[in-house]
Order: sequence, then structure tokens, then C-alpha cells
Amino acid sequence: MNRDQLAARVARDIPEGAYVNLGIGLPTLVANHLPKDREIFLHSENGLLGMGPAPEPGAEDPDLINAGKQPVTLLTGGAYFHHADSFAMMRGGHLDICVLGAFQVSVQGDLANWHTGAPDAIPAVGGAMDLAVGARQVFVMMEHLTKTGESKIVQRCSYPLTGVACVDRIYTDLAVLQVTPEGLRILDMIDGLGLAELARLTGVPLLPLLAPIH
Amino acid sequence: MISKIVPSPEAALAGVPDGSTIMIGGFGGAGQPAQLIDALIDQGARDLVIVNNNAGNGETGLAALLKARRVRRIICSFPRQADSQVFDALYRSGEIELELVPQGNLSERIRAAAAGIGAFFTPTGYGTLLAEGKETRMIDGRGHVLEYPLRADYALIKALRADRWGNLVYRKTGRNFGPTMAAAAACAIAQVRDVVELGELDPEVIVTPGIYVQRVVAVGSAA
Repeated sequence: MNRDQLAARVARDIPEGAYVNLGIGLPTLVANHLPKDREIFLHSENGLLGMGPAPEPGAEDPDLINAGKQPVTLLTGGAYFHHADSFAMMRGGHLDICVLGAFQVSVQGDLANWHTGAPDAIPAVGGAMDLAVGARQVFVMMEHLTKTGESKIVQRCSYPLTGVACVDRIYTDLAVLQVTPEGLRILDMIDGLGLAELARLTGVPLLPLLAPIH
Repeated sequence: MISKIVPSPEAALAGVPDGSTIMIGGFGGAGQPAQLIDALIDQGARDLVIVNNNAGNGETGLAALLKARRVRRIICSFPRQADSQVFDALYRSGEIELELVPQGNLSERIRAAAAGIGAFFTPTGYGTLLAEGKETRMIDGRGHVLEYPLRADYALIKALRADRWGNLVYRKTGRNFGPTMAAAAACAIAQVRDVVELGELDPEVIVTPGIYVQRVVAVGSAA
């Protein structure tokens, strides 16, 4: 599954009427795949709700940007507000879903996505910790494996944490996993990948796909 | 007759002492009070503590203030960016102190100062490096961290329009930290595109009431 297919897979699970924050980087792609027949409210931490797509070239407004500081537009019906209001939305449990990138997620839903912890790295955290603890549902969207082939889904995060037991669901290029008190439950897998192969690549115990409920 | 309007950015920054804590509005370029920062550079105050979401972009504005080695300590949430080379170099050479704060805690600490809150418990940051050494408490089964308010001697902010009483309206996402920083500082200085007569700002849409604003300077369309 490529990045756009992964974004489309996440977008499929975002319902009509949801208030959603998409993190910087990979999650931003989800906006391009939201079903056109659903009204979904995108929130941007710097102070807008009802965020629209990038403007036409030449129509950029330096006062209208998103959390990644890229020019965006405001949909009809959208609103601006100051930073404390914006973070009250995030921290007060008002957002239905946030989608975040990650370095690692643990089996109990710990998230590491802000800092590699390397001695020479300059740390920057932004709104990641607020979203991690504040959104009603935290979706992580990431490659299943690192560039060197190690699983990013781990027993215990080795990178510094962003939040403790805060992730609800993990979307990767190989599978969709739900964090449950019993462990990681497979919700979906790409075609042609066997359970044993997925478990081997992931390196932590996985609970099998449940039969669909009719 | 009350007028908070001052004639120039230089006049707006008059009297800022060395060692001041200064909040600077803006999220990236949106809402950054560029003319006030330039005037602060010219004014000469040193050994400053700066509160901003970022730590400067490129070589202008806050980055230029840092480059002039006028900042002892910066309190921010997202210093590292593609164009934060001035901060990066000062940080690596140990010439600037960094207090890194989750963005919502930064925003809420400023709001708490503005509202006279003594301290607050928040789940943000619990169990992470950024809560190390801080007091914690379990509330309703969830870990919380104690955070203290963040006050300033000055706030430099950018708004769209003001009247002589210091009432302000903003433009789009340029609003960001302006309203809370103005209220958390002993002296809030706003640069605006234009000043209008009293009564021309609709009282239903004034975002920052003049009680929070001490000085206003019009800088024209450059703002």
C-alpha cells in the first residue's frame, strides 16, 4: 500500500460530521482523500475550523496558514479563533479524531513521535502531546517498518514518549490494528499478506481479525 | 482624552529594560509583529527572555533578534524547523537556554497568567520527558502534571485594526497568540495596519478589549 492508498484507507473510517485534526506530514495527505459526499470539519491548531484545500497559485494569504505553516483556505462556514481556544478544543476532548504520524507505538498504545532522543537532536514538540491526550480517538498513521526493516510497533517504545496509552488505532501500509486492553487486534490487512507473516514482521503478539458482525 | 496610539515603533518600544520577559505573538509568519521586533532590535535591550511558539525563521524578525545575541532564554514549543538555523547554531554552542513546552501548555500557561490562575493540572505531557521533575497527581484515574502561569513584562503582538482605546480585531490565523499574550503582559504593545475612530469597531466582534492593551502603533499595509 502506498502513501496515498494508506491516506485513503484512513479517510474511509472518518464519518460524516467528525471534527478532525490531521497532524503534520503523512496525515496531511488524508485531507485529499476524504469522501466528497461527507461533511467533515478539519481543525488546525493555529486557530481555524473548517480548513479547506490549498489555494490556487497566486491566491496564497500569509495570514491564512495551517499548523505546518503552509497556505490553506477556509471553507464557507469556517471560523477563526485564538490559540487558547484552539487548544481548549484539542485538550478538552472536543475533537472526535486526530491522525498523527509516529516513530513508534507500543502494544499498550504509548506513542513516540516528537523526539528521537539523539544527543545532538534539537527537540520540538508543538501540539503533539495535546492531541495525544486530548482527542477522543487517536489514530496513528505510519509505515509498518523502519527503513532498516524493524517494526515500528513495539512492546515498549525506545524513543521518548509523546503520550502514555493514548493511541486507539494504528494504520500502516500493511494492516489496521486496534489497541485493546487484551492487546493489538487486527481490523484489516492488505490482500495477500498472511497472519503469520504479519505477526513475524510486527514482532509483538497480535489478536486475529474478528469475523464481521452481521 | 485617552489615546494609546504612539507615533512609531520606536516610541512603542521606549523604556524596555535589560532582562525583560517579552512575549512575541505569531505562529510562523502569521501574526508576527515584524516592525515591533525590528524596533526592539534597534532599542537595544539585552539579556531578554522571549516567549514565542517558535524560535525564529530565516534571518529576519525573531531570528534577527537572536542573531544579535540579545536573548538569554527562549520559552517555546517548536524551535526546530527547516529555516531555524540561527537558533540551531546558538543552541548547539550553548549560547541560548531553551525551555521546551508542549504547545497547549504554553498557550494555557499564558492564559492562566492572564486570568489570575495560580497553577493548573493537565494531562498533557504526563509520563514524558517534558514533565520530568514536575509535581503530578492522579485525577479521575488519569495522570496530570502541575503547570504554572507564564507572565511577561511586555507582549509584542500584531492585529489588523485598533481604535485609540486599544480595542483590537485581527486577521484570519494571524490572531493566534495575540489575545492571550496581550492579557498576560504588564505592557501589551500592538502593531496594527490601521487605526479607526472609536465606534467604528463593532463591539460584537472586538476580540481584544482595550483593557489588555497599553500601546498601539499603526504601521500601514506593511503589517
